[in-house]
Amino acid sequence: MATLFFFYFAGIIVLTSILVVALRNPIYSALSLLIMFFHVAGLYVTLRAEFLAAVQVIVYAGAILVLYLFVVMLLNVKREDRYHPQFLLGTLLGLTLLTEGLLLVFRGTVPEQPASVPAATGATQAGSSVLPLVGNTETIGEVLFSTYLYPFEIASLILLVAMIGAIVLAKKDIGGREA
Amino acid sequence: MFELGVKVAFSLAQIGVVFGIVLLTVMFLTLAERKVIAWMQDRMGPMEVGPYGILQPIADGLKLFFKEDIVPAGANRFLFSLAPILALVPALIGFAVIPFGPNLTVELFGIQFKPFVISDVNIGILYILAFTSIGAYGIILGGWASNSKYSLLGGLRAAAQVISYELNVGLAIVGVLLLAGSLSLVKITEAQAGGFWHWYIFAFPFPQIFAFVVYVISAVAETNRVPFDLPEAESELVAGFFTEYSGMRFAFFFIAEYANMILVSCIAAALFLGGWNAPYPGTLIGHLGFPHFAWIEQVVWFAAKVYCFLFLFFWLRATLPRLRYDQLMRFGWKVMLPIALGNILVTSIAAYLFPKS
Repeated sequence: MATLFFFYFAGIIVLTSILVVALRNPIYSALSLLIMFFHVAGLYVTLRAEFLAAVQVIVYAGAILVLYLFVVMLLNVKREDRYHPQFLLGTLLGLTLLTEGLLLVFRGTVPEQPASVPAATGATQAGSSVLPLVGNTETIGEVLFSTYLYPFEIASLILLVAMIGAIVLAKKDIGGREA
Repeated sequence: MFELGVKVAFSLAQIGVVFGIVLLTVMFLTLAERKVIAWMQDRMGPMEVGPYGILQPIADGLKLFFKEDIVPAGANRFLFSLAPILALVPALIGFAVIPFGPNLTVELFGIQFKPFVISDVNIGILYILAFTSIGAYGIILGGWASNSKYSLLGGLRAAAQVISYELNVGLAIVGVLLLAGSLSLVKITEAQAGGFWHWYIFAFPFPQIFAFVVYVISAVAETNRVPFDLPEAESELVAGFFTEYSGMRFAFFFIAEYANMILVSCIAAALFLGGWNAPYPGTLIGHLGFPHFAWIEQVVWFAAKVYCFLFLFFWLRATLPRLRYDQLMRFGWKVMLPIALGNILVTSIAAYLFPKS
């Protein structure tokens, strides 16, 4: 049952991801991205990471993609403007990533599966004995502020820098006009 | 197999009942809004259909049902039809985790049921936030697909507004979550039992009254109601994002707006006003010696809180003029956001100093 769900979610994710790049109308691209985000969230639910699933929908589907749509509608992007000279660079990068992925798959050196996977695949002995005792959210909170404290802090610092950068860029024009 | 069947049947029945109640309430609200505003403005309101106009919602519904369904020229047909559904479904789906009454378990055929809670997801409040944010797509896409400049402007306004104020809703809720230590609406409500001084709006160690005010204002803004109804400002944009909609598609947007109001009120009641708990310890029926029927009183309390909150929506509409767009944005980001963030800071310090025993 869990594998069935996995293949359903994985299949739709792959399909909609391809559609995001392949569709000509940017609005439809954004919509297939929305469907993809939902299925990624579904994948998290099958891994019993409900918190992650909800946050995935709130942050990506609820906020970021709405902004994308906002920009696409505001600029009213024409259908033809989408293929730039970057296309070559993109192909190169994509090919590199694809070979890397294929190498990983065929040599079988996929990194160790996370701890919550055994619980999802139906084995009740390994992960699930720990998970229901403390809620999923509490576990994430604890791990984030103990084991992964440094990555967490660094990530928030990077976000802060990005935020300040955005404000500086946006305000540059206003300041220049006044001076 | 039998057990599973009974469970599914019971869940479906629950969903049906909640669905019915919500839609009935929407019908009632459309009439109540017109009546309440009329009385506040010293008018009578609808009086023609039925005694005192109480059949007006049915007449309106029938009228919308039989109206011609018009798709404007140049509109994107697919998205034009999809948008009302995208607006309505998230508004209704959120009710799945609302606790309408006490967390009782009833045994039937040896299987346990919880009659007043459809599902007690342990991330209940995040689930609701996730789906209310999806509701914005209906508005944006509806505005874009109509191929009309008024609709497009309304949709764009809605997008910016919903993103800005959703943030404040989320941050206002965090204070309550810190005090309750849970994301499940059932657990949060249970933690507020035992009198109104335990409700989180008044609770020790730090009353969430500021968070409540921020929540109420943001909730009004998020449901696109007056004084924050810029996406559908009739004096500037005809009717905003649903200018081009008619018939049942228009009705879907309409129902979605009212269902969102009810949902927002239910969340406010459950998080800040103690949910199904009475303002005094226990219940009157329980004290009189019928603890088996205490749920009646508790459900009535929940409904009363929700309706008070809905009345507030009407009251605001009859009282306040619409904000200007830059005022709306400045208010959201420069006033509400700092208050909500400050509330989180103070609440976390208070929760740390006075941990739950």
